This record gives sequence, structure tokens and C-alpha cells, in this order.
Amino acid sequence: MQHLKEIIVQAVEAVANATDLATLDAVRVEYLGKKGILTEQMKTLGKLPPAEKPKAGQAINIAKQEVQKVINEKRDAFQQAVLDAKLAEEMIDVTAPGRTNPIGGLHPVTRTIERIESFFGELGFAVKSGPEVEDDYHNFDALNIPEHHPARADHDTFYFNPKLVLRTQTSGVQIRTMEVEKPPIRIISPGRVYRNDYDQTHTPMFHQVEGLFVDEKVSFSELKGVLHDFLNNFFEEDLEIRFRPSYFPFTETSAEVDVMGKNGKWLEVLGCGMVHPNVLTSVGIDPEKYSGFAFGMGVERLAMLRYGVNDLRSFFENDLRFLKQFK
Amino acid sequence: MKFSNEWLQTWVKPGLTNEELAHQITMAGLEVDGIDAVAGDFTGIVVGHVVECGQHPDADKLQVTKIDIGAEELIDIVCGAANCRAGLKVAVATVGAVLPGDFKIKKAKLRGQPSFGMLCSESEMGMAESAEGIIELPADAVPGTCIREFLGLDDVTIEVDLTPNRADCLSIAGIAREVGVLNNIAVTAPEWTNATETSAETVSVTATATEQCPRYLGRVISNLDMTAKTPLWMVERLRRCGTRSIDPVVDVTNYVLLELGQPMHAFDLATLTGAINVRLANQDEKLTLLDGNEVKLNDNTLVIADDSGAIAMAGIFGGEKTGVTAATNSILLESAFFSPLAITGRARAYGLHTDSSHRFERGVDSELQYQAMERATQLIVEICGGDVAPVVDVTTEATLPTHAPINLRRHQLDKVIGFHVEDAKVTDILNTLGLAPTFENDTWTVTSPSFRFDIEVEVDLIEEVARVFGYNNIPNVAPVAPLKMTDHNEATLPVRRIRDLMVDRGFQEAITYSFVDPKRQLLLHPEADHLTLPHPISIEMSVMRVSMFTGLVEAVVANQKRQQQRIRLFETGLTFIKDESVENGVLQVPMLGAIIAGTANAESWTQESKAVDYFDLKGDLDALLDQTCNTDEFVLKRASHPGLHPGQSAEIFYAGRSVGHIGAIHPSLEKKLGLNGSTIILEIELATLTARKLPQAADVSKFPANRRDIAMIVKDDINAGDVLNFIKKVGANQLVGINLFDVYQGTGVVEGHKSLAISLTLQDISRTLEEKEISEAVSNIVEAVSSEFNASLRD
Repeated sequence: MQHLKEIIVQAVEAVANATDLATLDAVRVEYLGKKGILTEQMKTLGKLPPAEKPKAGQAINIAKQEVQKVINEKRDAFQQAVLDAKLAEEMIDVTAPGRTNPIGGLHPVTRTIERIESFFGELGFAVKSGPEVEDDYHNFDALNIPEHHPARADHDTFYFNPKLVLRTQTSGVQIRTMEVEKPPIRIISPGRVYRNDYDQTHTPMFHQVEGLFVDEKVSFSELKGVLHDFLNNFFEEDLEIRFRPSYFPFTETSAEVDVMGKNGKWLEVLGCGMVHPNVLTSVGIDPEKYSGFAFGMGVERLAMLRYGVNDLRSFFENDLRFLKQFK
Repeated sequence: MKFSNEWLQTWVKPGLTNEELAHQITMAGLEVDGIDAVAGDFTGIVVGHVVECGQHPDADKLQVTKIDIGAEELIDIVCGAANCRAGLKVAVATVGAVLPGDFKIKKAKLRGQPSFGMLCSESEMGMAESAEGIIELPADAVPGTCIREFLGLDDVTIEVDLTPNRADCLSIAGIAREVGVLNNIAVTAPEWTNATETSAETVSVTATATEQCPRYLGRVISNLDMTAKTPLWMVERLRRCGTRSIDPVVDVTNYVLLELGQPMHAFDLATLTGAINVRLANQDEKLTLLDGNEVKLNDNTLVIADDSGAIAMAGIFGGEKTGVTAATNSILLESAFFSPLAITGRARAYGLHTDSSHRFERGVDSELQYQAMERATQLIVEICGGDVAPVVDVTTEATLPTHAPINLRRHQLDKVIGFHVEDAKVTDILNTLGLAPTFENDTWTVTSPSFRFDIEVEVDLIEEVARVFGYNNIPNVAPVAPLKMTDHNEATLPVRRIRDLMVDRGFQEAITYSFVDPKRQLLLHPEADHLTLPHPISIEMSVMRVSMFTGLVEAVVANQKRQQQRIRLFETGLTFIKDESVENGVLQVPMLGAIIAGTANAESWTQESKAVDYFDLKGDLDALLDQTCNTDEFVLKRASHPGLHPGQSAEIFYAGRSVGHIGAIHPSLEKKLGLNGSTIILEIELATLTARKLPQAADVSKFPANRRDIAMIVKDDINAGDVLNFIKKVGANQLVGINLFDVYQGTGVVEGHKSLAISLTLQDISRTLEEKEISEAVSNIVEAVSSEFNASLRD
């Protein structure tokens, strides 16, 4: 039995000396392989008397297990080291930018229009659009602005000829809608409008959203209610708002609406009023039975206030450095 | 309209600060644009009397003066103004005075002469931009009086932006009336004694155009002293209302215009030939205006004529020949009522806009002419003397505006306002407006006074009641309406979805002007018959776009100038194509445009950068089409578009109709357009992208799919898209997937040919396909492709 102990000591030493998985495996073969030292020991059992066989066999098995255990431990250690090396090698800089496909962004004017559409959409206002090259009937006459009306001069209209213009307001869409639909009518019409004026506070093209509500009992106090609601929602603030009498040929009672700016000054943000009976009559709606309100707002003005844009012209310069701020 | 608050206060005294008054009238619809001090901020200036004035011994342009400022001793002041002279009353900034701009007056020596102050000009007191010399005060000014008090300089100019309907407020009288209404207080007009008529000299007047000229008053005033000066108080009031002093007669007509709102005109009597007639101009009749410009008149223009022809554009502008000058001795003074319809738009047609035309086209009180005539006469005589003749009155009663009674119904008022204003309050408001209401059967009946010519129908009265009651006293109410769902058509994608897809694919939305540079547009579309704006902002913005190309290209050029390396832009909007078959002769189609330039991908350490090519944008188009669930309806064909690369562009067809283009900008145009490198552009009708097919789900097979790859060799000019579409057609039910995964040219492929590597995925819904069936299906496809495209299978 002394012999077995020596074998184990030798085997443990050989395992300890193994430098990698291959040399370790050679040790395993040397001791535990088919012709390994310990395997050969089993073959000597046959020469022993039957009474000694079980004891001797057990001793050999224990020796084998012991050697196997050391080998296993050593192998696990080697495998762990290999894995550790692989992981170390695969380490990356996890803070470096990703493989990117950057997203773009909506133009602030569109973004503003989309918000306005969603506020009024919730109240059942449908979105309508119309032509931008417009006849003078829909842009002026039907809106109670006959030829030579001083309001025409105020519009700085782009004329193609005396009968054809670039629309100066999206109000024409109101007329086109009322020509084909009967009350109740609830619409808004966003879009491009044009005025022949170009300086720091005017661009020859800009955007308006026009709204119209015609039904049997639409009133000025409801107009006030809706616009108060809208402005508070749009700016997400309980702003000071005032309605100031004004004049539009197509509405009467007319108002302009101002909000109190952060600088303590009133800023005009929209115009509105009760649809003039002449306008209703011109599209075949009985003003005795129906009443309506209409409002119009300049989208750029609202976007400037909302997003802190200082120069109106930057909306149409399409400078990526400006646009990319709107994600 | 600018007005002096001091002048207003002589009519009505509301007891408000400047700011309170401005707020009050703003909230009544007379929007105040600004309040400006009528003089600069200064102290220490008093009235002085030039007692002595002599030449400075050592300076040609300076004078040495002794000034009485009401103190015990005269003070020495050196003055450089040419109009400084002994006897003059002047404004003296004494030592210690502080002038605008924090300019302190100290003792000084000028070329050796001591000076204890400064004689001031209007500009030095902040009353004018510039001045010729020192201010000359009236002879009765008392030395030592504070100049601010003497000239009433603690006054402000209030500028009101009047809406076209409130022409009744284009005068001190009108604003005073409004302030009276808002404060419910009395308004007092100035009192004067009419000048005595001492002459009988008249000019014969007729008005052939009775419709256009319901009333014309003319009066001769003779023997005027035109050397007289307009008194300083009048010059100051005119100045504070934005009107420059010219001569006493013109100043008085301007003064009456501002005071009462009646535009007037004075003709030099000596220049008139025969009788006056108010008539329409003869077509192309010539008239030289006061500004020296000659105009050719249209026959819709009302003129004042004498026997020699037109001498003034009625209500708009006087003529040069008959204008008042320093040499004038006698005048014919005009005070008329011209119908707004006869004046409106006419001034603009000649590029003119005058204080007179501004008022006449909006409306003037038709009962004001006599009062204005007497006021002007009195003021002229007060300044220039003269003999006053009787007024010649040509009035056609029948054509004067009438003021029919207007009814205001209780229920209509409530319905429109949505709030009940008490009966008594309504009556009160109508009364203060001078409308003299009667109230019976829940209806007020009013007759509007001649100065409120804007009040004609019931809604005018409703607005007046709401306005005076105060818009902000009317509650805010949420509308009540039936809860009815709006239509939502699932087969129509919202445009918002298209935009979002573009944004998510890395595009920034642009908004370019709908009018573009014709030169650029013609480079891209040489045959464009674009709509032209006759009066554009500039030539670069003078024609309507016929495609989305021009604006987007311009945006790319501008961004490349700003050193942007990677540009992806899209835009939605209308294009404008002449088409006589549609409304107004212009086809206006909503389009989507997109453009890419520079590098295909964002610069990154993970990948090499490469320049954009056709397939970068084509991939975006494919995504847009895929979204419609309707790709079969779209066909791309090689295009021949003059703006695009002939080998790298396609025309897009939808249901057989051309709806757009995609391609690289023609290389020969890149430089001309200012582009830096290859640029790919797309335009497609938006409606084709928003029309989507509703999905109809098919069962998904539980059996294995089989992929077979084939490589077909075809001639170079065969379109891969055509081959794929063809295979889809012949592949029948079992072909569930097809993909072009490689295109190869080179060794093993005959020159002028290419190899298309295509994967075919075959699958049956009800069973596993056997190898034999698969092989048969594939060889059927190969055979069909071979014969259709003259192709061969690559070994």
C-alpha cells in the first residue's frame, strides 16, 4: 500500500507541474488512462488472495478518485484562465458612440401646426386644406372684402392678374368648405399664405391656421372659451390673456387676442370674431338661423414664442444648424 | 393716427394718466402703438430775450449776446446760430441745465469770450431730428418762464393704429367722442366766432359728378398776408400729430383735418381759369400734382377742374399749377364730401396715399363741411387777415348718405354675445354712443349720427354694445355641441405618418418658398411654363415652383456653403402647374420632395464614409412605398428628365400614371446650380403615399420553407426590377419570398452582361414540398426568365 501513496504523491506533483490543458491531459493519461499507472494497479488485484481483494481494490479506487479530483481542479483552473483571457481580450469601450443612423426632425412650423391640429381635433374640428393660388372671390369678395375695400390695400397681395392672387389668408378655405357642407361645421385650415412684404418681422410667405365653427347657437363667449383653452394648452401655462376689439371685414364682433409676454408686454397672437352675416349669406347659410365664430393665428408667431426663435426669417432659411435643434 | 394728449385734453378730461388712457382706448378697439414724449428729457431751460447781439471778435460764425432770463442781471452767451438776433425770444439752457443725452451745461469760454449757457434749437430739446437754427419763441413770451411749461412739453404723442372701420376716430374730435363714451363724460368742442363776410367775390362751382360728389363748398378769401407766420402753438400741435408746418394756409387746412377730420384744400385763386366743376376725369387726361409728378388720369377718377382742365385729384392730391405759394394773394378754400366709393382704391392706383385720401376712402362725416369751412376761415383770417366771401354750396341732397333706422333685437344680441347684458345697460351704451335709441317689443331702434357712418346693420350695434361693455367682462364658456365622432379613414394615411417616416429615416424637414428663381428652375426644368408673379419681392422669388426640386436644391447649396457634410432634407407642399382644364387654370398638387447630398452615413468610427448614391434615396422611397401595402401599383421606369442623370434616374408610375421622379441631379448641372458633388432627389405625389391598402391576413404556413438561389446572366440594360416583378408573376402561389442579393460583373460573366443573384423562397400552405416539386418550380422560373429576358443560368 506504501506503493500507492507514493504514486499519488507523484501524480499530484505531476498535476501541479502541468503548464496547460495538454500537459494536464498527458498526466491524466499517464495515471488514469487505459494503460495508466493506477489502471495497471487494478490488474495486479488478480494475484491477491480473495480475502484481500476487496480492500486492495477499494484502496486503488480511492487513489484513482484522489488523482482524478486534483486533475479536475487543475483543469477547471486552466479553463477559467482561458475564459478570463478571452473576456479580457474582448473588452470594448462601452461609452463610444453607437453605430448610428441619426434621426431627423420636423420643421418647427409643422410641429406647431400638428399641435394645434391635435388640440382642435379633440374638439371635433376637421382639418381642411385649399389652393394657394386663389381667385379674388374666395380670397376677398366672399369674405366681405369687395374690390377697393381699404382692407385689400392692407394685405400687400401678390397678384397674378386682377382676378388671381396668392392667397393672403387661409380664410378662403372656410368659404370653400361652407359652399359644400352644411352646418354644423367645425374645421381648421392650416397652410401657407403670402404677403408682399420682406423685412425682419415679415416674410413673403408664412403660415396661418384658420378655424371656423358654425352651428345654431355659436356665441362670442364660446369663442372666448375655446381660445382661452387653446392658448393655455398651447403654452402649457395659465397665461394672462386679453380680448381687444378689432376689425376684420369677415367677422363682426371682432377681436384680437393678446397674451402677456415674459417681458411684461402684450403680444398679439390671433384674430377672431363672429362670422359676418354677409359671409354666411354669400355661401347660402341663413344668418338668422345659424351663427358662427372664426379665428386665425400666425403659426410662426406662436412657434417663436413657444421655442424662443428670435428671427422670423430663420424659419425659411432651412439652415440645418437651426433645424436640427427641433427633434 | 398720432395725436397730442394735451390737444385731446382741451376737448375731454377723463382724468387718466397717459398709460391709463392708452390702455382704455386700446381695449375699446383703438389700438395704441406707442406713447412718445413730445420733447427730450431736459431741465433748466427757460425763456430768454436777446437784448444785445454782436459779432464775436475772433470768430466769424459766432455771436456774442446778452440775454435777459428774468433775473436781475443779463447773462453772456456765445451763440453760433445764424438766426440769432437782438429782440428775439429764445430758449436758454442756463448753467446747470441738463439736456437730453445727459449733456450738462457749464460755464465756458468760446474763443476767449465767456458764455454762461446755450441758446437751444428744437433738436437740442429733443423736439426734432434736426433744426436750422435756434427756436424762435413768440414775442409775448415772458423771460424766465420754464420752457417746458411755456411750450406745454410735458405732453405725449399717442399713436393709434386705427382699423379701417373706425375712420370716425381719425381726428381729435373723434377720439374725444370715443373717450367721452368710455368714461361717460362730456366732450367740449372749441368755440370760435365765425369770420365776418366782407367780400362778395365768388367762383362759380358746379358738380357734374353728383353721385361721387354730394357736397362741395367753396369760399374765396382774398387779400391774405402770406408773410404771416403760423403761430407756434399751431406748429407744435401739428408737429405732435406728425404734420410738418408748410405755410399758414396749408397749416390751417391740416389743422382742421386733424381737429375735426375734414380734409380741405386751398387753390390759389389767381391760377384758376373760369368756373370750377367736379367731374370724372377724361381718360388719359393729364395732371401735374403738387409733388411735381405728372399723372395720366383714368376715367374713374374724380377731379376738380376749371375751364383749363383738371386742377386736382378730388380728395386725394392737389395740382401743382393751382397750389398756394408765398406769392398767393387770394384763395379758393374747398370743403367737400366725396363719396367713399368714388375715392377708394384710386389713390393706390396712382401709387399715392395722402391724409386726405386715407380719410375719404374710409369715410368722412357728411355733415361736417360747413363747420370745417368756418373753422378754417376763422383760423386763416386770424393769422393772415383777408376778406371773407360767402360760401358757394353745391349739395345734391339725394346723393348724400342716408341714415335709416337700425333695429337691435334682444334675442339676437344674447345669441351672438352668448351673455345677457341688462336692458338698461344696453340702452345706456347706445345713448352714450349718440345713437338715441328707443326700446320697444324687446327691440332697440337707433339712427346712427352722421359721424358714425360705420354703423349700418344690426351686427354693427351688437359689436358696439359688446365693445363698450368690455370684451373682458363677457365670460368664457365652453361650447356645447353634439358628441359626434369625426370620420377616420384607415385606408388614408395621415400626412403626419409620411413626415414621421422621413424623420425617423434621418431627414430634416425643410420649408422652402413656393416661389423660386426662374433661372434655377429653368436649369432643372428647361420646358417649364411657370406662373410668374408680376410684382415679386425679388427676381429670385418671382416664379411659382413646378416641382419640389428648385427649392430643395437651393437649400442644399446653402447648407453646403455652411459646411454641412451630410444633408438629408424633405418637404411637403404644393407645386403649381398651368392647366386650363382645372379651376383657375392652375393645377396645385400636394407633393413630397426629398434630397440627399454629401456623405451617405453620418461620420462614425464604426464605418467608412462614402458619398451618397441613387440607392441611398431609393431605399427611402422603397420604405415609403412599402408602407402603403400597395407596392404592386408602383412601377419605376428609366426616365429621361432634363434635370436628372440619364443613367441614374427613374420616373415613378402609380396605377399607370406618372406621379414623380427619382434620380441623381444631372452632372452637367451640378456646377451651374452650385452643388458640391453628387446629389440625389425625389419627388412624388403625396396622395399616392397616403393611399394604403387595408391588410387582409392570409394563413401562415406551418410547413418548412425552402430557399433556392439562382444566378441569371442578362444584358446590362435589363432592369433588375423588371426581372423581379416578372418572377413574382410566374412564381405563383408557392413563391413566398424573392430577393436580389447580389449583382456581379467581371470574370466569368461576358462583357456587357451582368449576373443577378436571386434567392427564391418556396413554401406551401398545406404540406411539405418535395424536392422534385421545388426543382420543377425553380426550373420553370429559370426557363421563363431565360426566354423573357434572353437570359441564361450562370454556372
